[in-house]
Amino acid sequence: MPHDHHDHDHSHDHSHDALSPSGHPYRQDNDAPLTYWQRMEIAVRELLIEKGVTTAAEVAAQIDLMDSRSPANGAAVIARAWTDPAFKSRLLDDAAEASREMGFDIGPLHLIAVENTADTHNLIVCTLCSCYPRNLLGLPPDWYKTRAYRSRAVREPRAVLSEFGVALPDHVSVRVHDSTADMRYIVLPARPAGTDDLSETELAAWITRDSMIGTGLPRAPDGLSATKA
Amino acid sequence: MVERVRIRNLMPPGHVRAPAYLRGKTGVVERRLGAFSNPEQLAYALPAAPKQLYRVRFTMAELWGDAAERPEDTVDAEVYAHWLEELPDHAT
Amino acid sequence: MGGDQAGPVPMEGHDFALWEKRVDALMVLCSSKGHFTVDGLRRALEDMGEAAFEQHSYYERWIAAINQNLVEDGVYTLEELATRMEEVAQRGTTYAEAAHG
Repeated sequence: MPHDHHDHDHSHDHSHDALSPSGHPYRQDNDAPLTYWQRMEIAVRELLIEKGVTTAAEVAAQIDLMDSRSPANGAAVIARAWTDPAFKSRLLDDAAEASREMGFDIGPLHLIAVENTADTHNLIVCTLCSCYPRNLLGLPPDWYKTRAYRSRAVREPRAVLSEFGVALPDHVSVRVHDSTADMRYIVLPARPAGTDDLSETELAAWITRDSMIGTGLPRAPDGLSATKA
Repeated sequence: MVERVRIRNLMPPGHVRAPAYLRGKTGVVERRLGAFSNPEQLAYALPAAPKQLYRVRFTMAELWGDAAERPEDTVDAEVYAHWLEELPDHAT
Repeated sequence: MGGDQAGPVPMEGHDFALWEKRVDALMVLCSSKGHFTVDGLRRALEDMGEAAFEQHSYYERWIAAINQNLVEDGVYTLEELATRMEEVAQRGTTYAEAAHG
């Protein structure tokens, strides 16, 4: 897919990179004209610090914590479930507790794992806003927050899945999960055929972010032979 | 025993946690999740009593009728007890 | 929104800008300190109406909703916010200049 060169958010050009006083890289956005909403963010943050609600260090630490969360965390959990039946059983019983058991700090999150099988495919959405298992997978992708995904996932999930390149066999039922309240969901994808010889670490590379939301399936990593531990 | 419920078909203004597309629709309780502070009070920074939360499963046929992509596919959603009406089980 | 008619799902993504990450961090910190809940955030977002969803980006709506809840909680006044936003505008024409990093 060609990149849109007018997209000011696109960050492939690192020539302007430098570290801010808080240790975070400046991005091109930071050189673009200041917007009304950016002014509001600065003002709100400074007022919160002056009023003693928070500190600059706390804000930076919270950003570091969120940056440290990525789909790799979820992939490690899924790979463990694929290789350890007892762990899988605990994951399906209480996915939050099972994730904590692996050392992931996911806070007070209530997490439910839903299992893809030979005849069931699960898909996660939040029609009310953008609830997502962010404490395990990091921040949601932009498409997850769009009106189109949130509107259509509960009405025509198969059409949505086909846009993501997922074609399900006819006999497979779709179960959509709308995160309307206090639960968050993660899909436990089915382990692909022909992966019996792979280690837990190698398997984790097959588990994409989208396969844990249900808009994708596990797939062989690029450059399969060069498996990186 | 299958617990059949209907989402109350009310449309007040403001922050309501039962999605509009489910109101008036009938489903079955998939599991009970326990009690959580009522988000419809928390949304206005008011004291919030605990409310029982349920996962309710709806068929696409129930939600969308003839327009359903695949009638037997399902949507699960979390709904608070005060938005549920219990329906009598009927033999199938 | 659930069940509404809509077009294809847009697949373009973007890396989060520093100011967006800061908005996200402020939400987490303010809620963990009890100033408001994610339910209050949702309520303020919904009260903005459909137009806001089309006109403003995700974190633009979030900072507006965070501000709404903080004013309601009495953390600061609208006059303090407006004064500070005006000061920020005087610091420079880019985010980096105005935020002092």
